[in-house]
Amino acid sequence: MKMIACMSPKTSGTLTVLGMDPDTAPAKIKGRLGVVPQETNLDPDFTCYGNLFTYARYFDIPDSAAAKKADELLEFVQLTEKRDVAVEKLSGGMKRRLILARALVNNPDILILDEPTIGLDPQARHLIWEKLRELQAQGNTIVLTTHYLDEAARLCDRLVIMDNGRILVEGSPADLVRTHAGHEIVEVEKTEEVMSCLQDLQIPYEIAGDMIQVATESSRDIARILLDRCRPEKVITRPATLEDVFLKLTGRKLRE
Amino acid sequence: MPHILSIPPLSRRAIKVWHRNMTVFARTWKVNFFPPLVEALLYLFAIGMGIGSYVKEIAGIPYIAFIAPAILAIAVMNSAFFECTYGSFVRMYYQKSFDAMIATPLSIEDVIAGELLWGATRSVIYVLIMLPVLAVFGVISLPLALLAVPLAFLGGLMFAGIAMCFTAITPSIDTLNYPSFLFITPMSLFSGTFFPLTLLPVTLQYIALVLLPLTHLVAIMRMFTLSTVSPVLLLHLAWIIMVTVIVCIAAINMMRKRLIV
Repeated sequence: MKMIACMSPKTSGTLTVLGMDPDTAPAKIKGRLGVVPQETNLDPDFTCYGNLFTYARYFDIPDSAAAKKADELLEFVQLTEKRDVAVEKLSGGMKRRLILARALVNNPDILILDEPTIGLDPQARHLIWEKLRELQAQGNTIVLTTHYLDEAARLCDRLVIMDNGRILVEGSPADLVRTHAGHEIVEVEKTEEVMSCLQDLQIPYEIAGDMIQVATESSRDIARILLDRCRPEKVITRPATLEDVFLKLTGRKLRE
Repeated sequence: MPHILSIPPLSRRAIKVWHRNMTVFARTWKVNFFPPLVEALLYLFAIGMGIGSYVKEIAGIPYIAFIAPAILAIAVMNSAFFECTYGSFVRMYYQKSFDAMIATPLSIEDVIAGELLWGATRSVIYVLIMLPVLAVFGVISLPLALLAVPLAFLGGLMFAGIAMCFTAITPSIDTLNYPSFLFITPMSLFSGTFFPLTLLPVTLQYIALVLLPLTHLVAIMRMFTLSTVSPVLLLHLAWIIMVTVIVCIAAINMMRKRLIV
C-alpha cells in the first residue's frame, strides 16, 4: 500500500499508478490520491477544521477553496458540530471519519484505505461503511485492505486474498465463496463417533478447532443424514462466508 | 543509492511545512513571546550587571556590552537547536505529522527542509524580540546591530541542521539530552561568550575555533553589536556557511534514511 501511495520505494518489479511511475513522478501521483492510513496521524496542534484546511494546503489548494472544501467534508462525515474542537477530544470513530474526510480534500481519483475501521465499535464501523458506499455510488475508485472479512464482503466489487505477499485468489466476494467454500456449511461437534461416521458415509469434512465442518450445496440433506446416522449432540447450519474461504486458503495456523 | 551528502531534490512546497509550524506558533504567540524577553532581561541583570559590577571592562569594552552579542548568539543557537531536536522529534515520532505530510505531494525532503527553515525562523523571531530590549539598555550599537537579524537566520539554519542530524539518529526523546548537555551547554560557556576566547589555553582556543559553531556566530555578532567589523568576519562567515550547507544536506539525507522504509 505504501509503495502505491509513493511513501515507500518499491522493492522490486514494476509499478504504475495512474499511468505514472512512482519513482519519477511521486508528487504528481500523490496529488491525485487520497490516503487513509492505518495509524491515526491527525495533527493534534489543530482543530478538526484546521486539520482539513492545513492538509488541503499541502495539495496546493488555494485558501478560499480549502476553507469551503473543509466545511463541506465536515458535513459529509457528520462532524460539523465538532468543527472547532481539538482532535484529541474526538472519539476513535470520529477520528477515523476525520481522516476519511482528510483523504478527500483533493477530490482524489483513487482513495486508498488501510484497515479503515480497525478498532471501531459497530456503530462507528457502519457509519464509515455508509460513507464509503456513498463514495462508491458516486463512481469513486476505492482500494482498501482489511482483515475484517465481513467488511470485505460488504464493500468490495473485486476482492483479492493475499497471503505472505502473494495473491491466492481474485474475484467478486460472492463468486469466491461459491467456488471455494460452497453454499452452506454444516458444523457438528468433534467426537470420535461423528468422525468415523462421516468417514463411513464418505462425506469429506474439515476440522476447525472443536468443531467439524462440512461444506455442501444443501445443508438440509447433510444435516438430516448426520442427525439420523451419527447422532451428534448439536448441528449448526449456516451460509458459507468469506471467512471460510480465507481460512481454507490460508490455513488455520496462527500467523505471526 | 543516495549517500549522506548527495544533493536532495527540493521543491517550493517546503514552505508549506514552514507555514504549518508558523500557524501553530502564531496561535500561541503570547506564550512564545515571553521566553526571549525574560531570557534577555535575566542575562542582562544577572551576568551583565551582577558580574559586570566586578569585571567592569574587557579590553576596554563595558562587560555588559561584551556579553550582549553572546546573549543573542546563544538565543539563536538554543531556539533553532531545541526546535529541531525536541520539537521536530515530537512531530515526527509522537504526532506522526511527517507520515501524514508525505502522503500528499510533499516529499520527505520538502518536509525536513521546511522544518529546518522553521528552526531558523524561530531564531530570527527570538532575536527580533531581544534586540529592542538590548537597545533600551544601550548595550548594542545601532544600526549595525540590525544585521543580527539576517545573521540569526543563517546561524539558526546551521544549528537547525546540526539538531536535525541528532534527531535523525536518536533512538528516543530522552537520548536527545546528550547533545543538549554535552554539546550545547558547554558550547554556550566556552565559545568566547562570557569571557574572551584568549583566556583559554591555546589548544582549547583552536578546538573552539575548529569545532564549536557558536564561536564563529558570537564573533560575528560581536562585530555587529559593537560596530567593530573587520575582515576576519569573512573567515567566520565562510566557516558558518560551509558548515550550514553540509549539516543541512546531511540532515535531510539522514532523515530520509530514518523515515523512508
